Amino acid sequence: MSELSSAGKIPVTVLTGYLGAGKTTLLNRILSEPHGKRYAVIVNEFGEIGIDNDLVVGADEEVFEMNNGCICCTVRGDLVRILDGLMRRKGKFDAIIVETTGLADPAPVAQTFFIDENVGRRTKLDAVVTVADAKWLKDRLKDAPEAKNQIAFADVILINKTDLVSAEELSDVEARIRSINPYAKLHKTERAKIALDQVLDRKAFDLDRILDIEPDFLAGDGHDHDHDHHHEHGHEHHHGHGGLKHYHDEDMKSVSLKSEKPLDPDKFFPWVQNLVQIEGPNILRCKGILSFKNDDERFVFQGVHMILDGDHQQPWRKDEQRLSRAVFIGRNLPEETIRRGFESCIA
Amino acid sequence: MTDSRSETVSVVERTYAVAAAGAVIATHFLGHTAVFVLGEETMVFAEPKGEPRRVAVHDGAILATAADEKRVVSGGDDGKLAATNAKGEIRTLATDEKHRWIDHVALGRGSAVAWSAGKTAFVQGKEQRELEVLSTVGGLAFLPKGFRLAVAHYNGATLWFPNATGAAAEKLEWKGSHLGATVSPDGRFLVTSMQEPMLHGWRLADGKHMRMSGYATRVTSLAWTADGDWLATSGATQLILWPFQGKDGPMGKEPRLLAPSDHRVTTVAAHPGQGIVATGFDHGMILLIRVADGAEILARKPAAAPVTALGWSPDGQSLAFGTEDGDAGIIDLS
Repeated sequence: MSELSSAGKIPVTVLTGYLGAGKTTLLNRILSEPHGKRYAVIVNEFGEIGIDNDLVVGADEEVFEMNNGCICCTVRGDLVRILDGLMRRKGKFDAIIVETTGLADPAPVAQTFFIDENVGRRTKLDAVVTVADAKWLKDRLKDAPEAKNQIAFADVILINKTDLVSAEELSDVEARIRSINPYAKLHKTERAKIALDQVLDRKAFDLDRILDIEPDFLAGDGHDHDHDHHHEHGHEHHHGHGGLKHYHDEDMKSVSLKSEKPLDPDKFFPWVQNLVQIEGPNILRCKGILSFKNDDERFVFQGVHMILDGDHQQPWRKDEQRLSRAVFIGRNLPEETIRRGFESCIA
Repeated sequence: MTDSRSETVSVVERTYAVAAAGAVIATHFLGHTAVFVLGEETMVFAEPKGEPRRVAVHDGAILATAADEKRVVSGGDDGKLAATNAKGEIRTLATDEKHRWIDHVALGRGSAVAWSAGKTAFVQGKEQRELEVLSTVGGLAFLPKGFRLAVAHYNGATLWFPNATGAAAEKLEWKGSHLGATVSPDGRFLVTSMQEPMLHGWRLADGKHMRMSGYATRVTSLAWTADGDWLATSGATQLILWPFQGKDGPMGKEPRLLAPSDHRVTTVAAHPGQGIVATGFDHGMILLIRVADGAEILARKPAAAPVTALGWSPDGQSLAFGTEDGDAGIIDLS
């Protein structure tokens, strides 16, 4: 398991979203708001950015398979190269934004940070932010596997262009997103208008921040949880999420696991490693907080396809229930097998 | 074995410090003048006595350099290919019309220059030629004989005779991303460093494959010893040398492993005359290591940042070094 300590590393935000969803609008917003931060931007389509910035780099998305017999083990060769070049000018910017094409798979982007030591040593993946079109996402989930991947993979999802749909349509698209990815932070926007602290500096891949993997819509009153920020935008969640329709996506789903009894690390690690070996191509992401027997520290892990990253973290609080939780998001996951496997790890 | 090598014979006191004030990505010598190439804009020219001179060569990051006895040729993210001489005079050799990054540079005999931008490799000899490959170029190396260039890329390498118009370039295939290229001094072997922590080699006569693996990380620094017998490499917690004396190169042979450490080798530079490899580590230590018996001389004590650049003067009397945090110097071994 690789170490991803984050001190001093430049954060990298990945913007995905199907064609026309509003990625570039969001990017232009990020670059033009008076936040005092400087961003280097890696874009696929030059010329769409209306902002004059000498740190905009054009990239040809090059997904390279690793020569290790594992087809899901891929990196973005262009990022390996461009991040290395950009880091030669690291005093010139505070963060990096990678805008992918509408057809891009976020997994190779994320894996690049785990696999390439040179990249992982100096930069850190902050979050995958997916912009979805409120009107058209429903159709894209049917005909574009890329769009579904982008939703399943996301840490933050903007349902954009909400002004173009009715309240019912909006509620419907939200339910469809939740059937695929119940864990991402969800925001409803017009013209990608959102407070930037909701998309940048999320630390979604920091092991230290894997504290809460409850589904977003079950938490509290449904408002955003960072109450100390002042939000000027309108992204209020629906109250009463019980009103959401319940969809089952045909192939993409999340499997959520819980145990009140502590786990045996000698059983858990072989099990999870075997699971990602076998199901790795189908598992887009996983994460978990675990309580091991005779261990007062929580263990956290996360993964992308076959790559796992994990570490001990802060101690369990005295008043806290030592509940082990894990979630796997993926395609055609054998839910029962995973459940039984997880239960067999109980000490 | 300790990582500070405190008991090792030392030449540390022979160091002339140079204030580079920026991460050093490469060092070269133009005669007696050491050139420290910074990651951004500037090259610092220094002699053991006298004030260093700073020359702004690129408008942005410097991505790749190569040098012969007269000039340092550099490519930048400003899309410029520049040649800078010992006086600090800059000549622009090419400007990429699409303003793409020039991130690989190689020099051949008779002042031939090769560079790449994206998927295109360029050569300037008597005329300028270009070759488009299937993916972004990962590395360039001239063959020692004939006017021929090896171009590393995804899934292999291409051997190109720029002057043989109409002739198809020869393809060498091996799955994976090839990120650097070097040709043995006798021209018999092409070796690439891969995205995986391994090297791949081809014997050019028959295309036979060589896999050189066992590294902790991607290999980013490669150097042939003066006699061409050994390929010294970074990427492990010791100096790894692959044997290339025999007709089969390292096929079926074990590498020589010298100077074991708790720290990783980041940079290697072979002495121009003797079987000695200057070896830089990720904690800043530099050792001079004799290939024959592994004898070590401490050239720089451990500090903080990784050694990122090492270069010998043509006479082998001086070693220039630079680190990621901008420490630099010239070690006088005469």
